[in-house]
Amino acid sequence: MPTVTLLSALPRVGELGALLPAALPTQEIVPVSTIVPGPFLLAPLLILLPLLGAAILLLAGRRSDRWGAWFGVLMSGGAFVVALVVFFSMLGLPADERVVDHRLFDWIAAGGLDVGVGLRIDPLSMTFVLLVTFVGTLIHVYAVAYMEHDPDKRRFFAYLNLFVAAMLILVLADSYLLLFVGWEGVGLASYLLIGFWNHERANAVAAKKAFIMNRVGDLGLIVALMLMFAGFGAVDFATVFADAPAAGTALLTAIGLALLVAACGKSAQFPLQAWLGDAMAGPTPVSALIHAATMVTAGVYLVVRSAPVFEGAPTAQLVVVIVGAVTLLFGAIIGCAKDDIKKALAASTMSQIGYMILAAGLGPIGYAFAIFHLVTHGFFKAGMFLGAGSVMHGMNDGVDMRRFGALSRYMKVTWVTFGLGWLAILGIPPFSGFWSKDKIIEAAFVPIDGQEWRAWVFGGVALLGAGITAFYMSRLFFMTFHGHKRWNDGSGSPTGPLSTDGPVQHPHESPALMTIPMVVLAVGSVALGGLLAIGNGFVDWLSPVTGHAEHAEPVLPVWALITLTLLLVLVGVLLAWRQYAVSRVPIVPPHGSALTRAARRDLYQDDVNEAVFMRPGQYLTRSLVYGDRQMVDGGWMGLAGLVGATGEKLRGMQNGFVRSYAATMLAGLIVIVAVVLAVTTGTGS
Amino acid sequence: MSTAAAFVAPTIDWAYLVPVIVVLGAGVLGVLVEAFVPDRHRRAVQVVLALGALVGALTTIVLLWGDVQELNGIQVLGGSLVIDPFGLALQGIVVVLALLATLVIADRTSTGQDAFAPTAAAVPGSAYEDLARRRGLEQTEVFPLVLFAVGGMMIFPATGDLLTMFVALEVLSLPLYVLTALARRRRLLSQEASFKYFLLGAFASAIFIFGVALVYGFAGSVRIAEVRAALLDGGGLDGMTGLVLLGLVMVLAGLLFKVGAAPFHSWTPDVYQGAPTPVTGFMAACTKAAAFGALVRVLYLIGSALPPDLQEKLVVALWVVAILTMVVGSVIGVIQTDMKRLLAYSSIAHAGFLLVALVGFGELSGFGVRAVVFYLLAYGLATVGAFAVVTLVRERSPQPQAAVESPVLAAVGSGGAPGSAGASGPAGGGAGEVPAPDGGAILGEATHLTEWAGLGRRSPWLAGSFALFLLSMAGIPLTAGFIAKFTAFGAAVAVGAWPLALIGVLASAVSVFFYVRIIVLMFFTPSPSSGSGGAAQGSQGDEAGGPVGTSAAAALAARVTVVRSEGFTTVAIVICVTGVILLGVLPSSVLDLALEAAKFRP
Repeated sequence: MPTVTLLSALPRVGELGALLPAALPTQEIVPVSTIVPGPFLLAPLLILLPLLGAAILLLAGRRSDRWGAWFGVLMSGGAFVVALVVFFSMLGLPADERVVDHRLFDWIAAGGLDVGVGLRIDPLSMTFVLLVTFVGTLIHVYAVAYMEHDPDKRRFFAYLNLFVAAMLILVLADSYLLLFVGWEGVGLASYLLIGFWNHERANAVAAKKAFIMNRVGDLGLIVALMLMFAGFGAVDFATVFADAPAAGTALLTAIGLALLVAACGKSAQFPLQAWLGDAMAGPTPVSALIHAATMVTAGVYLVVRSAPVFEGAPTAQLVVVIVGAVTLLFGAIIGCAKDDIKKALAASTMSQIGYMILAAGLGPIGYAFAIFHLVTHGFFKAGMFLGAGSVMHGMNDGVDMRRFGALSRYMKVTWVTFGLGWLAILGIPPFSGFWSKDKIIEAAFVPIDGQEWRAWVFGGVALLGAGITAFYMSRLFFMTFHGHKRWNDGSGSPTGPLSTDGPVQHPHESPALMTIPMVVLAVGSVALGGLLAIGNGFVDWLSPVTGHAEHAEPVLPVWALITLTLLLVLVGVLLAWRQYAVSRVPIVPPHGSALTRAARRDLYQDDVNEAVFMRPGQYLTRSLVYGDRQMVDGGWMGLAGLVGATGEKLRGMQNGFVRSYAATMLAGLIVIVAVVLAVTTGTGS
Repeated sequence: MSTAAAFVAPTIDWAYLVPVIVVLGAGVLGVLVEAFVPDRHRRAVQVVLALGALVGALTTIVLLWGDVQELNGIQVLGGSLVIDPFGLALQGIVVVLALLATLVIADRTSTGQDAFAPTAAAVPGSAYEDLARRRGLEQTEVFPLVLFAVGGMMIFPATGDLLTMFVALEVLSLPLYVLTALARRRRLLSQEASFKYFLLGAFASAIFIFGVALVYGFAGSVRIAEVRAALLDGGGLDGMTGLVLLGLVMVLAGLLFKVGAAPFHSWTPDVYQGAPTPVTGFMAACTKAAAFGALVRVLYLIGSALPPDLQEKLVVALWVVAILTMVVGSVIGVIQTDMKRLLAYSSIAHAGFLLVALVGFGELSGFGVRAVVFYLLAYGLATVGAFAVVTLVRERSPQPQAAVESPVLAAVGSGGAPGSAGASGPAGGGAGEVPAPDGGAILGEATHLTEWAGLGRRSPWLAGSFALFLLSMAGIPLTAGFIAKFTAFGAAVAVGAWPLALIGVLASAVSVFFYVRIIVLMFFTPSPSSGSGGAAQGSQGDEAGGPVGTSAAAALAARVTVVRSEGFTTVAIVICVTGVILLGVLPSSVLDLALEAAKFRP
């Protein structure tokens, strides 16, 4: 019985911080067990509850309008309770029994292909399950207030539940195929949610852009699936990971790169990053849930989960690190120039996930920290998004930070919670971000295979990124909450030079339903990192999945790295303070340098996409159609003496095209026969 | 007396012919019904007869299944027909899909009019036609025609010799040519399509029968089993490789025409667009199933008997056709602006994906056959369902008075220009308008993509099921299409044809764009009627939907209405939706059945 197990496991909870490492000092990756401990049998409920919620809300229609929102909260909350039960029972197991495959039923099982639906329950998936259900439930609660006046609130909660279910399928899947189902599911749900306010055109276009960019990434996953099927004859984790060490480097590299493409699409990594900023068109709770805490981090999950594949493919790992490093800087630079508060946060998310991807590419030394940062980031970034939502709520849905300013006086709770998130993302000790981000920087400075240049390059980028992060996050924070009022307060006596134009604003704190989740997340931003870092607890908790990393020394001493990082952060904060809190921020964005202008336009990512993919694609289709309709028609005129004679008669019967159709067929037949004959001579039969 | 004694009457296992006999017999009965049953009851009798025959055929197929499995197939009519697991399975798929399609055909919707011309023989726009329409005539011959076509489709994949295959090809094709010409609206477009279909079909048939002749020249027989034996024997092949190869390629070309594979695909968009929409659904699903059945039989029984070097050549040809088909279908589909043409290109692309599964024919890969059987069912369900939805989304004329006067001109205008199939406007000629609740008259299907904008807001269930069919065609997980594509590409990978599978994945990724575009249109693009400025709306549509959308076309969308089904179409759509989801979530048992169906008897 779950409750019994829960109780028996409880005494260990107190030890959580210190106890975990005690289990096994030098752990290896733990083999998969197929014996399912009793409480783990509840795991399917994790997925079923929110799925049921979505189904009921969608099918019940308007009838459920009244209770729909809270019902959605209940279902998500229920999943969190189940997650807790499973989690505590897992804590009650010795570390080498914590990786369990729970096969539910056969899905595609016939002949050469045998795929079942099953759950992989292990510390890694449980970490995600807890994060998704906990943050998810908080955001459900927040959304009850945020969406209060929306006539389609019920549909919104149905989609939210659907998203939670899909995300849980993604992280709990025991095969790449089922993972793919969740992968598509979260894509679909995010598509529905971004486009939720689809009466506005920008949202619809953003939804489409997100969907299509994600499809490019999905293609990578499909290719990886096929390669695995061709190489291993299976797509489930157990078989693939068991066979991976024996497979050739070329195959593993190909699979790894394909998986990376998938990760890039989902996690908005370079060069598939363009959709994330536009996706901010969706309701803010969506941005907090999907585009900060959960879905966008699925790429990191994929890379870490596929560790055995990447271990055999150093080239692919290097590419992963490069992608992470590039995105990290890319996002940070964009973040410095955005005036839209949500887009600035989106750029920051992109950059922070860059850190995680970079860490994931470093190998065993980085896996645990990638996930660690993912968890802490999930808290502080979701908190800041909710804060941004609260600001918008108080400012008539305005998002332009140049028209904020001095809001700390009007929205105390939002200010404080946002500020704590800000300190966390800066990496100021002892806030959460410090424990995770600093470790990533440290890991990046460790030479791999004795190649010091990598340590200096990637370590340097990570260090520099920390400084830029400090600048743009402080800029965001100061522009919003400090400095001068740049909005019209209706008093008629301008407190700033430009504050009397625009609509009159009455900034006010948001209702409790909105502030409570923010407070909870802020507590996480403050304390979670430190708690999990006690005695290396989190790293050891994950070690049954990620393996135990050899201890390695960075090229600079650790104290020097920490000092350097903090110094850079301080410089960033001071610069921002001087420019955005002390001096006046113009309401009209200044012309700016070339880099600023480029960053405002997302470093021209859309223009590049358009020039490289869209236009050639359109050109290709047009020319193909042209070929199909015109050239065949025209070109075959000469040859069509014979066909033409018949065609003359047909022309009188207004059949402009039949003769060319027939000519196409005949030509096609001739070509095929020629191909067949050519191959005949080719092999010299 | 001695001559009589010498004649040995063939023993015929009638039991195994029952499904075919039921359908064809009902077709004959249907013709008699036309002659003898009074006007008032004719339609009801025909509908009951057709549906009853198809249900009966399906029942007998199910009853025969175990028996045929046990015997591993049986030859009937002296080997002309082979009822083996594969043949019977294909018959089952054809009958199931035909049953659903017939439901759509039988539906008159809330307008009280079916999709067929009141008198097909009348000159479009003539006074006679006008009169027939006003008197409410109905062309109930549609039902026997459908039954004859279904009969041919059932024989097609279950033949034991190439000549019977040819006869079946004609039996299934001729009623389709007629059915294509019967559209109630856009008469000239419909007749043009029918004529094109007929000419090109005749051309393809000629190629097919020429190929049969060449094969006969080599083997001295048209029996598939004997051709196979002669090939396996190998002795007689000297100097005849060219002959047999050319013959086989021509036979395959004839079949590839029917499945709509490039470069034999050119008829598909025009015919799919011109035919009455319910017939298009029927044609797209059932013809493809039957023709792929015949194609599989020829490849697996004759192709696999070729010596390895010749087989390799055939495989290369198959690769070329498959790649070409996928690319043409997916890429050209992207720029279509007419729903029916778009679905036609989608159907071409699917033919390509199906061909991918077949490249393993030389190794007698049961997985290839399984994939094809499953794919045909999955694709057929989505297609019948999608076309069923299209029949319900109609245009509405803004001014009822003007519309009554205009059909003649509009019909002539739409069909009169050379090569008008692609160019005709969406409103090309209404006939027999029925007043809509708000005063306008209900016209034909709203097939221009812009007219579908905002449908998801007005008819969420209809648009939702259409989106599901599109997602299945796109191969999104948890729909039948995903499993179908997965098994098809998996079958190719299993025989080492992974580059082909890769191209397939890329092509299907491209095709996702046009499916998604429709979903975006339906759910995320505001319908122009709810907007304010016409010009602004037009430019919006332009960006949201690529080449779709001008302000004029957007204005059209304001006149789109959804008619209620009489019930038949609703039933069909519900069954299709259920099937698509079930096959996507719990495909195991059907996949097992499909693998059991992967058995031939030469």
